[in-house]
This record gives sequence, structure tokens and C-alpha cells, in this order.
Amino acid sequence: MNWTDVCALADLTPDRGVGALVDGAQVAVFRLGDGPVLAVGNTDPIARANVLCRGLVGSRGDRAVVFSPLHKQAFDLVTGVCLDAEDVRIPVHPVEVRAGRVFVGPAGAAGAARRIV
Amino acid sequence: MSARSLVVVGHGMVGHRLCQALRERDAGSVWDVTVLAEEPRPAYDRVGLSAYFTGSTADDLSLVAAGFLDHPRLRVRLGEPVVAVDRAGRSVRTAPGHTYRYDALVLATGSYPFVPPVPGREAAGCHVYRTIEDLDAISASARSSRTGTGVVIGGGLLGLEAANALRSLGLTTHVVEFAPRLMPAQVDDAGGQTLRAHVTGLGIGVHTATVTERIEADADGRVARLVFGRHPEGLTGLDADVVVFSAGIRPRDELARESGLAVGERGGVVVDEGCRTGDEHVYAIGECAVAGGRVYGLVAPGYAMAEVVADRLLGGAASFTGADMSTKLKLLGVDVASFGDAFAATPGALPITFADPVAGVYKKLVLSDDAASVLGGILVGDAGEYGTLRALVGAAGAVPDDPAQLILPAGGGSGGSGGSGAGVALPAQAQICSCNNVTHGQICAAIGDHGLTDVAGIKGCTNAGTSCASCVPMLRTILGQQLAAAGVEVSTALCEHFDHSRAELFELVRVRGITTFSQLVAEHGRGRGCEVCRPVVASILASIHNEYILEGERAALQDTNDHMLANIQKDGTYSVIPRLPGGEVTPEALILIGEVARDFRLYTKITGGQRIDLLGARVEDLPKIWQRLTDAGLESGHAYGKSLRTVKSCVGETWCRYGVQDSTTLAIDLELRYRGLRSPHKIKMAVSGCARECAEARSKDVGVIATDLGWNLYLGGNGGFRPRHAELFAADLDTETLVRHIDRFLMFYVRTADRLQRTAPWIEGLDGGLAHVRAVIVEDSLGICAELDAAMAHHVDTYRDEWKATLADPVALRRFTSFVNAPDTSDPDIVHVLERGQPRPARDGERAALIAGTTTVTGRSA
Ligand code: SRM
Ligand SMILES: Cc1cc2nc3c(=O)[nH]c(=O)nc-3n(C[C@H](O)[C@H](O)[C@H](O)COP(=O)(O)OP(=O)(O)OC[C@H]3O[C@@H](n4cnc5c(N)ncnc54)[C@H](O)[C@@H]3O)c2cc1C
Ligand code: SF4
Ligand code: FES
Repeated sequence: MNWTDVCALADLTPDRGVGALVDGAQVAVFRLGDGPVLAVGNTDPIARANVLCRGLVGSRGDRAVVFSPLHKQAFDLVTGVCLDAEDVRIPVHPVEVRAGRVFVGPAGAAGAARRIV
Repeated sequence: MSARSLVVVGHGMVGHRLCQALRERDAGSVWDVTVLAEEPRPAYDRVGLSAYFTGSTADDLSLVAAGFLDHPRLRVRLGEPVVAVDRAGRSVRTAPGHTYRYDALVLATGSYPFVPPVPGREAAGCHVYRTIEDLDAISASARSSRTGTGVVIGGGLLGLEAANALRSLGLTTHVVEFAPRLMPAQVDDAGGQTLRAHVTGLGIGVHTATVTERIEADADGRVARLVFGRHPEGLTGLDADVVVFSAGIRPRDELARESGLAVGERGGVVVDEGCRTGDEHVYAIGECAVAGGRVYGLVAPGYAMAEVVADRLLGGAASFTGADMSTKLKLLGVDVASFGDAFAATPGALPITFADPVAGVYKKLVLSDDAASVLGGILVGDAGEYGTLRALVGAAGAVPDDPAQLILPAGGGSGGSGGSGAGVALPAQAQICSCNNVTHGQICAAIGDHGLTDVAGIKGCTNAGTSCASCVPMLRTILGQQLAAAGVEVSTALCEHFDHSRAELFELVRVRGITTFSQLVAEHGRGRGCEVCRPVVASILASIHNEYILEGERAALQDTNDHMLANIQKDGTYSVIPRLPGGEVTPEALILIGEVARDFRLYTKITGGQRIDLLGARVEDLPKIWQRLTDAGLESGHAYGKSLRTVKSCVGETWCRYGVQDSTTLAIDLELRYRGLRSPHKIKMAVSGCARECAEARSKDVGVIATDLGWNLYLGGNGGFRPRHAELFAADLDTETLVRHIDRFLMFYVRTADRLQRTAPWIEGLDGGLAHVRAVIVEDSLGICAELDAAMAHHVDTYRDEWKATLADPVALRRFTSFVNAPDTSDPDIVHVLERGQPRPARDGERAALIAGTTTVTGRSA
């Protein structure tokens, strides 16, 4: 797999996201508390703006989610499913943390990051 | 059968109810209905008329649902009063000379306000209080008032309502009453005393046992002075140029008199149990009718009569046999209720009373001679139990062993919350909504059958609560009881992570000295939080500690706007609004703002809040933009925060030929004092230099209007979805007292309001409303004023400009990039096009073309 070295783990504020470019795709990378790092597409498919990395992180039941900063829909950070609009989903990217650096891979077959047109 | 024609004279509250009832029930379309109305607008809520002075429009008051007037078998002729009835020919004639034939005629002409024959009563500036037009005329007189003083003649229920209206128009207000007490028809002497203490406490002059001998006008014919013939303290008169007569009503029975129908001794069209006059084709309903020997000046009996006539017209045999004359009102913020046999007129009746002169509460309960049932009562100052007690009237055996407990303050507590009398079980037939005759049983059934979970649902299903609304608190109590019984919890929990309300969390944080979200959620909540609780906790921490909001863990709590200290726009860019206190701006600052906008290609617009918005800023440009603005001394305007927005000003006494105080300086001082104060929702203020109100202060949470003597303070206004005017809280304050009131008001609001609750709904939701706020922050009834003062002093002392702090913090600055691994790259999907010489986000079609390579794009600056 083609991994992109995005940043140092220490660059990530717990429970906040950053935007990153991964093979030309816009990705939002989050660190959950002191725990795992997760990455999804940065585009909010409902508002059609590249803003998800600036949303609040939290939980719905036991799912970790990001809330779009525009209209507050929740997106599951593990599956990419929008919990407020079942048929909407965002791409999910694999993440690996190696030697204090965060690596993000291309989106799974589920969907290539979508450009907004 | 071909349709028959019904003519209704008057489209008031009762006439309209008849039309509704008939349209609902006349399935076979027996009747063609023609309504001939004197007023220029269709029926409106006269009971709620005074709301017209506190922000409701004529449209809000309308009783006519959209589409109702389009019914093919209903025609309503507005502004076309009936002038004569020809009973023999079964027709009526209207002022424009048209004739309408009828098979049945219903008189629903209401009443007119009685104006006692005081010499001089025709002077300009003398009014009555019955229609929307009357209210418009009163407002106009108040605006042109020179004395700034208004008088209401008549201290009954409507008179006090009119007094409140004059007061809300900014006039010094007096009430003159002939009888020895206020509201003589509803309360007894002791209740009248308590009421008087409340009313005078609000700054309204009360003159009971007073006779107005004549009204004097000035050379222009405008009323100038009231001269008293008798006054208990020997006052000879009052200088006033606005007068409202509210000395009772008289039935409008002229059509009946002229056509030879029987009228009562004291006026009113005499009708039988079917609401029919001596002529079998003619009915009379509402305030113009005398039924069972009496005229009912309330809407509920009128509605009952309308229902009876609808039934009779369709062949039924319903009858009207008298009605409950109970009333409950909130007059000038004081609860007053009177119900059933309030004066203990029933032989052997046992009155028991409870009085607390300090709290201004008087309660009287009238029991039957065996103390087994409630006959009536009077409540002044605290009418929380009204719903329960009224419903108990006539319900045998519902009185507990110790009847006094029905009116004593709940659980020995300091009054307030207990009030709904929830401890007494109500019989199913107890009437809860007297306006619409809905019983406890019907409400419970509606809740169960339709799975209702809110009061709006009950209103929709049963009509209860849709007229005078005095039963709404009772509806809420019943709903709570039903849901609790069904095991449905009515939750005040903030979200799935906290079981507490915002106010409870505020207290936890404050009292326990909690400083982080992690500590709060670990000790009092669960999970990781969400878009609801994180910003709420961020705001609470900021209100209490006032530390830099982006420091450490707090950064992860802020919504994107607070996180970027700018407002996010639809395309992911941000807007920048520097603070311009009071709307004042120097030419240098104006030039700088212009230069910044030009250099960063920002769309520039004057906001509705007297400042300048720069839109379309890219994340990575925000620090550069703010560096230039802060270098020139400009600060964050907190347009992104739930916090103080702007204090709008007018030029005031400094420049304006009418101004009486320096409104601009006060606005600037207030804005600097409260800038950055985090709160449950945004807070807006304004200061006007005189009563012309160019700063629109009464549309703000906190509005200040200059007077000759100081400042009038108005609280609880807003624009937005449910606009409403702020209400007068205190008059003629010096600046120091004014600021102290505002300090405490804000801090009390910050502590106790719900998330995203503006000041108006917060005040409405407080038991006692604005009067409660006054008790807390002026009289220190909760003993918290010192705390509130200290909290505000802390805020003022620790304020720092957030943008300056951010620019000095390299860690905080790292967030202002689009891509962590390409900090110099901007989001390529943001595309702006020029319109009227300025950039705006590209629309869908435009964007596709532009991304494909055309170039009228406004690129980012170097
Ligand atoms: C920029 C401005 C419109 C303009 O072009 O003039 C504006 C823009 C927005 N308003 Fe406003 N309001 C603006 C003046 C007003 C006014 C007029 C005023 O303040 O005198 C009102 C009515 C007065 C009032 O608030 O009582 C107003 C009532 C609202 C409301 C309804 C509030 C309510 O209580 O119902 C919202 C929605 C909300 O806050 O929940 C809102 C929300 C918003 C938001 C924050 C919506 C959003 O989340 O994107 C807009 C963000 C602006 C931005 O990104 O900069 N805006 N908004 C005005 C900024 C004033 C300023 O200098 O700060
Ligand atoms: C400020 C205020 C507050 C009130 N508060 C309360 C309260 O809290 N609780 C309560 O129960 N009641 C209250 N009332 C009383 C209540 O409004 C009346 O009981 C109710 O409006 C009576 O209805 P109605 O249809 O009989 O008369 P109205 O509503 O007065 O309607 C009569 C209509 O007939 C029209 N009309 C008269 N003559 C003619 C004609 N010849 N041709 C055509 N049209 C004609 C009139 O212009 C009017 O529009 C209040 C009244 C006022 C003014
Ligand atoms: S409110 Fe009064 S002082 Fe202020 S500008 Fe208007 S007229 Fe002048
Ligand atoms: S009692 Fe008036 S609306 Fe219910």
C-alpha cells in the first residue's frame, strides 16, 4: 500500500482533527483522546465543502464520530456512515502510526475521495 | 334541500367561533354563512390584545386560520357594519346600503367601552382600549406626549392591563379608581391591598376612592390635566396628556332595541337557553347577550353560546345555562386569580385566608359549610394553585383533612415551584380549560391515545390552552404526571453524555471548582461528549474562569467558530468581524479595514449590528488578517461566540438635536465592559439617546433609552425567529445603578439559562417572570447579588483579546492550515467569482466551469 507520512503524532491535538493531502485526496485525520488515530475523507458530502477536519469529535452511543461543523450531522469515524442520513457515507482511510509518525493510506474500495463539483 | 342563509353580525371572537363550529359540524352544508363585520380586519384575539404592545403583530393575533375565509359557503364582508334589521322582511341593511336576506340572524356585536360622562372627555389624547385601532391611537398619543404621563381611568382588570401598556410605552403611569380598591369586581379588600402594593411597587401611581371631576385641554384641544373632585390625600389633579378610559363595558344592543327586541335592564339582548331572542329567527351570543339575566364579559361563556347556536341551527337542542366567571391573569407581572364564589356569598360558606405581606401574597379559599368542597377563592401574588383549585370547585369530597394546606406555600419552601398543586388528585370531570371547556379526563385521554409528549400536542388535539392560555401551566403539570405514570421520563438532560441541565452543570462546575471537561465527564457524565455538551461545557468554563479558550484540552471543546475565532461559511471559508464598540470607527481604522479586505480579496459588508464583516477568508489567511488588524488596535468582535455581540448606539446628545444623554459613550462603555463574556446564547444590547429610539434598544436583550433624568432599562428583547420587545425593568437610573443592574442580570442569566436560550424565553420560563428577576437582582431575594457582582468583576478584570493571545501562541497558530502536510497549499475547491466588484462563492454550475480551467477566479493574495 502507498502510505503518506502526514505528520508527527505529537502534532495532533487529542479529540481534534487536521486536514491532509493523501495522493491528491483531501483527508481529515483525528486523534481520539489518547487513543487511536482515524482518517476519513475531508469533504462533507451534504454541505459539499472540505471541512470535516474542523468538526467536533465525540460519541453517539458507542461509536466515535465527527460532527460536520456546517450542519452538525454525525459521521462514524470507523465506517464512514452518516448517522443522520443512512444513505450518505464518506470514504475511510487506513492509518498507521510508526515511530511517532502518522501514515495514511488511500481510501478503501468503498469510495474514492470525491471532489466537489 | 337548498341551502339556507345565516347572517352573522360582527366578526369578533364569538362570531368567529360560531363560524368555525358551524363549518366543522355542518356536514350536509345546510347553511350559507354571511358575516357582516364592522372592523376592517377579520376576527382577532381580543383577550391577547395587550400583546400587541409587546411585539405581537395584528397577524399574530388573528384567529382566522389560513384558507378559512376561502370556504365556498362562507363570505365575510369586512368594514361593512349592519345599520338596520327588518325582522318582518327578514333582512339586514349595511352602512354602504346593501341588503342581505336571512333565514337565521345571529347578533354577535360584543360591547363597547363605557366612557363616564366626565366633562372634557372628547379631548385629543383620550382613548378607550378595545380594538387594534384603539391601541394604534394610544401608541401615537404616547409618542407625541409632552408630559410623559398617562392616566387610566378605571382600576379593574382591563384598567390594570391598560396601565401596563402605558408603562411599556415609556409613560409615567397612574390609575384612577372610583371604588376603594383595585379590581373591585374580582378581589376583596385584603386582596386589593396586596395588589396595590405590587402595582405601586412597579412605579404606577394608584388613586383609589378618587373621582375625576373634569378633563382640561390645552389650546390645541389635547388633554393636559385631570382635575379630581375627590382624592383621599387631597390631590387636586394630575398633569397628563394620554388618558385611557377603562370603566367597564356596555353591550352593543342598538340593533335589537331599534328592531323592537327585548333588552335587559342594564342593556343586552335578552335570550333564552337556546340563545334565541323573542324572534325565533334571531339569536344573540357573546357580550351583547343577556342570558339567564346576566351579561358575561368573558370570552369562555361567549364561546359556549356560539356552540349552542351552532347546535340549534343544525337541529340540536343544546342549551346555555350559565358559566364560570373565573379569571386568572398576570397583571404587571403579578398573578391575580378569582374563581367560583370568591366573595363567600353562599350561606354558611367558610373562608380561610393566608397572607404574607412581605412576599406580597394573599390567598383566600371559600369552602362549603361542611368544609368538604371548594366553592371559590382569590389568589393574589402567587396563583400557582389556580388550575387545581378551580378544577376542585364543585368536586365533592376533594378537600383534604386540613384544607389550609391547599393554599399554604408548598412544603414550607419559599414559594415558587410547588405552585401547581400537583399533590391533589383531580377528578376526571374537573374542568381544566374553561375557555374551551376541556376536562381533566379529556386531556388525559388525548395524551394516552395520541402518545402526546408536549403541550403543543395537547393544544392541537383538544383545543385546551388555545385562548387565554391561563391553563397552560396546568396542562404542563398534567402532561408531566401522565408521562411519569406511563413511565416516560420528561428529561432535562443536556444530551446522552450528561443527565444534568445546563444550569445544573453550571452549578457543579462553579461549586466544585471543576476546570476541565475530562474531569466533569468522568465524575458526572459518560462517553466522550458530543457537539452539544462539549461547547456547553466550554462556555461554562469560560463564563466562570474566563481563561484563554483555546488552551490545552479546551481547544477540543470549541465549535469550529470558536476554534478558529471566526465564523465558518458555506464553502468552508470564514468571516472576520473586528469589534467596533458602539459602532464608532475612526477614519484610520476604516481605511485599514478597507486595505485588509482589498489585500485578502474579502467580500465586505456592513452588518445589521453596526460593524463591518469581511467574508471569504481562507483558514491560512486568518492569522495574517488578524495580525494587521490587531497591530492597529482592533480586537475580536466575538461574532463567532455565544457571547456579547454588539452594543448598538445612536449619536445621542453629542450631535443630535433631540438627544438628552450621551448614548454613544454609554454604548461603548457597556461594550467594553461585557466584551468576551461567554453566555448560553448571544447577547445584544443598544443605547438610544432619547425616546425616538434610533438604536432600536427595545429589540435587544438589554436596551437602554435615555430620559431627562437618566436611563430607562429594558430587558428581554430580540429579533430573530420570534421577535419581541424588551420590557421596562427600571426607569430614570443613574449610570452606576444601571450598570449594576445589567451586571447582575447578565450573570444571573449566564448561570441559569438553558443552552441556546435567549434572555426573553429565559425570563418567560422563570416562575414569576421579570418580577422574579427584579426580586433577585434588585432586592437580592436569593442572597446571591454579591456573588454575581464578584463574578462580573472577575470577568472585567481578566478580559483579554482572544486574537492577540492567539497570535502570540505558536501552538495555537498551527491550526490555521488547510493541510498539515502541505501548510502552504490552500483548499483548491474554494472558488470565488466577482459580483458587483466583489468576490462571492461560485454557484454549482460556475464552479464546474472554473475548476475546469477558466480564470475569472479571484485567487488568493500573495
Ligand atoms: C453578519 C450578520 C448579517 C449581516 O450581514 O448583517 C449576521 C449573520 C449571521 N447570523 Fe444573525 N447576523 C447579523 C445580525 C443579526 C441581527 C441584527 C442585529 O444584531 O441587530 C439579528 C436579529 C437580532 C437578534 O439577534 O435578536 C440576527 C439574528 C440571528 C439569529 C436569530 C436569533 C434568535 O434569537 O432567534 C441567528 C440564529 C442563531 O443565533 O441561533 C443568527 C445567526 C447568524 C449566523 C451566525 C448564522 C450562522 O451560523 O452562520 C450568521 C453568521 C454571520 C457570519 O458568519 O459572520 N442571527 N442576526 C449580522 C452580524 C451582526 C454583527 O455585527 O455581529
Ligand atoms: C384588552 C382586553 C382584554 C381582555 N381579556 C380577557 C380575558 O383575559 N379573559 C376573558 O375571558 N375575556 C377578556 N376580554 C373580553 C373578551 O375579549 C370578550 O369577552 C370577547 O371578545 C367577546 O366576544 P364577542 O364576539 O362577544 O365581542 P367582540 O370580540 O367585541 O366582537 C364583536 C364584533 O362585532 C362588531 N360589531 C358591533 N356592532 C356591529 C354591527 N352593527 N355590524 C357589524 N359588526 C358589528 C364589533 O366591531 C366587533 O368586531 C378582554 C377584552 C379586552 C378588550
Ligand atoms: S434616538 Fe434620539 S438622540 Fe438618538 S439619534 Fe435618534 S433622535 Fe437622536
Ligand atoms: S382556560 Fe383559557 S385557554 Fe384554557
